[in-house]
Amino acid sequence: MRRRAFLCLSLAAAVRLARAAHFAAVRPGIPLVFPRDQGAHPDFRIEWWYVTGWIDSAAGAPNGFQITFFRVAPGIAGDNPSRFAPREILFAHAALADPREHRLLTAERSARAGFELAGARRERTGVWIGDWSLDQTADGYRARADAGTFALELQLARSQEILPQGEAGYSRKGIDPRAASYYYSEPQLRVSGSVARAGRSAGVSGLAWLDHEWSSELLSGGAVGWDWVGLNLADGSAWMAFRLRGSDGRTLWAGGTLRAPGGASRALDPGELAFEPLRLWRSARSLAEYPIGMMLRVPDHSVELRPLMDDQEVDARRSTGGFYWEGAVRAYEGGRELGRGHLELTGYAGALRL
Amino acid sequence: MSAAIYFFGRLRSHAGGSLLCIFAIALGVALGVAVEGINRSALGEFARGMRTVSGAADLEVRGPREGFDERLYGVLGHLPGVGRASPRIELEAKLAGRTDALRLVGIDIFQAGSPAGTMAARAGAGDRFALLDPDAVILSRAAADWLGLAAGGRLAVQSGLARRELRVAGVLEGLPAGQRLALMDIAAAQWRFDRLGILTAIGIELAPGTSVGQAQERVRALLPAGLSVAPPLAAEERQAALSRAYRVNLNMLAMIALLTGALLVLCVQALAVSRRRGELAFLRAAGMTPREIVAWLSAEGAAIGLAGGVLGVAIGYAGAGAAIAWFGGDLGAGFFAGSRPALVPDAPSAAAFVALGVGAATLGAFVPARAAALASSAAALKAGDVGREANRRPRALPAVAMVACGVAIAFAPPVGELPVFGYVSILFLLLGALGLLPWLAFHVFAALPEGVRAQTMLAFAQLRAAPGQAQLAASGVLAAVALVVAMAIMVASFRQSVENWLAEVLPADVYVRASVPGQTGHLDEAAQRTIASVAGAGRVRFVRNAGVLIEAGRPELALIAREDPAHSLPLLARAAALPEGVPGVWVSEAIPDLYGWRIGQRVRIPLAGAEHEFVVAGIWRDYARSHGAAAMEADVYRRITGDRRASVAEIWLAPGVPAAEFARALRAAFAGSEPVEISESGAVRARSLAIFDRTFAVTYGMEAAAVLIALAAVAASFASLAVLRRREFGMLRHLGMSRAQIGRMLALEGAAVAVLGVGAGLVAGAVMSVVLVQVVNRQSFHWSLAMTMPLAPLLAFALATAVLAAAAAVLAGRGAMNVDAVRAVREDW
Repeated sequence: MRRRAFLCLSLAAAVRLARAAHFAAVRPGIPLVFPRDQGAHPDFRIEWWYVTGWIDSAAGAPNGFQITFFRVAPGIAGDNPSRFAPREILFAHAALADPREHRLLTAERSARAGFELAGARRERTGVWIGDWSLDQTADGYRARADAGTFALELQLARSQEILPQGEAGYSRKGIDPRAASYYYSEPQLRVSGSVARAGRSAGVSGLAWLDHEWSSELLSGGAVGWDWVGLNLADGSAWMAFRLRGSDGRTLWAGGTLRAPGGASRALDPGELAFEPLRLWRSARSLAEYPIGMMLRVPDHSVELRPLMDDQEVDARRSTGGFYWEGAVRAYEGGRELGRGHLELTGYAGALRL
Repeated sequence: MSAAIYFFGRLRSHAGGSLLCIFAIALGVALGVAVEGINRSALGEFARGMRTVSGAADLEVRGPREGFDERLYGVLGHLPGVGRASPRIELEAKLAGRTDALRLVGIDIFQAGSPAGTMAARAGAGDRFALLDPDAVILSRAAADWLGLAAGGRLAVQSGLARRELRVAGVLEGLPAGQRLALMDIAAAQWRFDRLGILTAIGIELAPGTSVGQAQERVRALLPAGLSVAPPLAAEERQAALSRAYRVNLNMLAMIALLTGALLVLCVQALAVSRRRGELAFLRAAGMTPREIVAWLSAEGAAIGLAGGVLGVAIGYAGAGAAIAWFGGDLGAGFFAGSRPALVPDAPSAAAFVALGVGAATLGAFVPARAAALASSAAALKAGDVGREANRRPRALPAVAMVACGVAIAFAPPVGELPVFGYVSILFLLLGALGLLPWLAFHVFAALPEGVRAQTMLAFAQLRAAPGQAQLAASGVLAAVALVVAMAIMVASFRQSVENWLAEVLPADVYVRASVPGQTGHLDEAAQRTIASVAGAGRVRFVRNAGVLIEAGRPELALIAREDPAHSLPLLARAAALPEGVPGVWVSEAIPDLYGWRIGQRVRIPLAGAEHEFVVAGIWRDYARSHGAAAMEADVYRRITGDRRASVAEIWLAPGVPAAEFARALRAAFAGSEPVEISESGAVRARSLAIFDRTFAVTYGMEAAAVLIALAAVAASFASLAVLRRREFGMLRHLGMSRAQIGRMLALEGAAVAVLGVGAGLVAGAVMSVVLVQVVNRQSFHWSLAMTMPLAPLLAFALATAVLAAAAAVLAGRGAMNVDAVRAVREDW
């Protein structure tokens, strides 16, 4: 599960327009096939490739980053034969979390697919808007985003097998079995490349997490937001957990996967995990209160999530009209750092319009 | 200070004359300000419209009206140095059930880095995808108000002959006032208006650090034929060029009105100065130098000019506002169709016109002031010496030289495509005619018979003895009559030529079209078949109107694809023989002027993105498009472009079929689609002439103003003269003349002066009209006219002016005649 106020808010509008359009449904028991399923799935309404990670420059303190691409089919192009017909819209988002800045550096791009200026390839991962891109390579991925104020140029090398989420890639989001997605992750990606700030480029290395998820009907009724976390642990483990929250703050649905260092993974049932807020932070920007410190309870473990910095709120009003918090976090158990990852908190700045 | 009180106080004491002068100057200034203000507003409107849509673009690629292949967008989007390319399709969407159109711009909301795009996102009620709906349209506030629509309303437009209902998804606030505009998704616009694969413009934002000049060269190298790339500003310049000749001509008329005003000031001031000779002589005796007197008298003129100028600016802007509200931003000439711009006062140009007014009035006051200051003070102190100095025998040579100069200058070529020397020539001719007037007056009045009756004798004697004042009055009449006659002959020639031309270009009985060419209505092949199959249609021909860009800096050329252009256009010249295998193109008169094409020359015309070779097969007369038109065989056009649509159908009816009956049958055949426009050729002709007359309505107004000013000059002259001649009138009454006899004497004098002015004006005007027709018109609009002399109306006008001038003289003199005879004789002694 992932993604985001960014998507949901803008998609809410698209969904309303998606009148008579028919999209493929997500069903259990259909195995994912790679690399085909690493490419785009135009039969489904929404899809995203979501890279989050930690990087260390040679000199400075660790930074968080994200590069994300969304593919949306508004379903309103109908039978318009125009090459500009908005069959697929692409959004991209890039962010850099540098504790010295005390806030996120963010940038975004959007375009309709076409004319080779923006698009998403079907046969393997290859999604781009102008010179922003995420491409599959022989041993991983290459991600590029030049926002002017900062630029990311990163290679993401695979160190583990692909991790299908849920039931072999079928990830339920609610009691209604139709509310589901196809979902796999690529944890423990070794990051190398460069980050440019104010025109000066520096080599970086680190660890990242890629999610690829597609669906046509994602959310069950009543959810106002969700919490999600993905962790690359130092021992090679990879944990993912999410929950959907109702308007009273209670958990409507939850899920997750724990992969052990050896590769054996275990899917978590809704009752097997819990998020407990430890520390609240109020944004002066949105006045929203986010639980940026969390206790994550999974079988045999209780880990404390602490943010790299407090203000990792994303202001997406210009594109979609909402705020959410998406930040680099460290995971501690008994005072010991287990690993690092990203925590996403949506629906705290007013209920999502769904 | 006391001098100031004296001189400016004098303006008050002859308030009537001063007011007339102020009014005359105001009129000239007002005309200039109005023309300038209207055009500035219309152009500014256009420029703001461009910026609203093209936004932050550094460069803009534009093609012909019919657009270009959209694949260029992909090519340019990948070009290094291009930060963002934003595609557009601009249409004149014909409003269903109406004849007018709304400017509709199809944009890609994700690429449009423009105010319109940003606002469109906002106008969709926070719904960023609102504009992606293929039936959604966002209206500007002005368009919504104009059409009476709000969000949620339905906008009905026409594409081809089909009606398209669009949903108003939002209203854009914050665009410049008066901007009528509709925004749509680019894919929807292409689809709903049958323009698939077509763009009309691509805005380019360069990546940081890219040189505009280099990027422009790189883009240009990739452009198909017939497209241009330039900073968005160039489009504004091109639009300015479109109306420039029209504007300059109107401004010149305003200048002539101002000149007439200056002459009036001259009349009034000359007589006022003459009347004050004694006072002025006293001032000189009291120690004032001639230079100071000239300066003060000129300052009087300047004061009149300033008052007139300020008044004129006020009247001008008021008039411009009214004209925009009434006719639109182009005074009905059709350059800025569809916009109702807000009037934008501009201080520098207003100041310039006030300065012109002050200059004209100062000049008008300076000439008599200098004459008065130079007169001997001793002679002037003696009372009763009125205007004798003007009786020197006038010389004709300088004026003749001036006229010769004027004639010679008329042959000079245009400057920057404007008939600058044509106007200079007219100015020289007018000044020459004015210069010749004293010589003419001297000889004409000298040749007057002695007269039989007392009043005739006296009137002629007065004219012979003191031709100076009479000349001044006659000068005003001459200038006004010359202006009116020149304009009248030019307009009559133009109108007659257009009338003849209309008969030639509208040979068919009935014309059918879906909309004004250039709007989104058209006749597709099915509609063409339907028209041809309607009972009663004899021969049917289809004409396609399109546009083609030959040179980047020039307005688009009108392209006309029709059957057999060699025999269906009013040809002026044709090629003796055409080469095999090269299609012919028949061009309007403007093309040789603007592009230098000659008959038989092989030329390249960009069509459908590639250049095609044609040979110039003929030159024809076209009064519809001063920026040039090119006609070619419909088959050739269709073969090259694949465009099979028609703009107009020309129909010759079968013998015995009444047009009304055919129109009924045609309407029945098109029942269920948007109605076609059906016109009989007579109606088209009448409509065209009505448009012509409306366009020239401005000039009629100016002519009327000029005549009014001239009559005012006559009245002013005679009023002042009458005051001077009170003693004379008193004496005549003592000698036994009745008031009626004095009145007849004045009428005779007035008529003589008017006949002199009118006669000279007729001749001067006729000569000036030749320059107007052959030089000014030809160079401004690139078309030739056949001269037509509207003899009867001109003679009627001349007679009426003479009678009115005489009446003005009598009316002006009546006041003086009312004075008690005894007091009048005693006055001033």
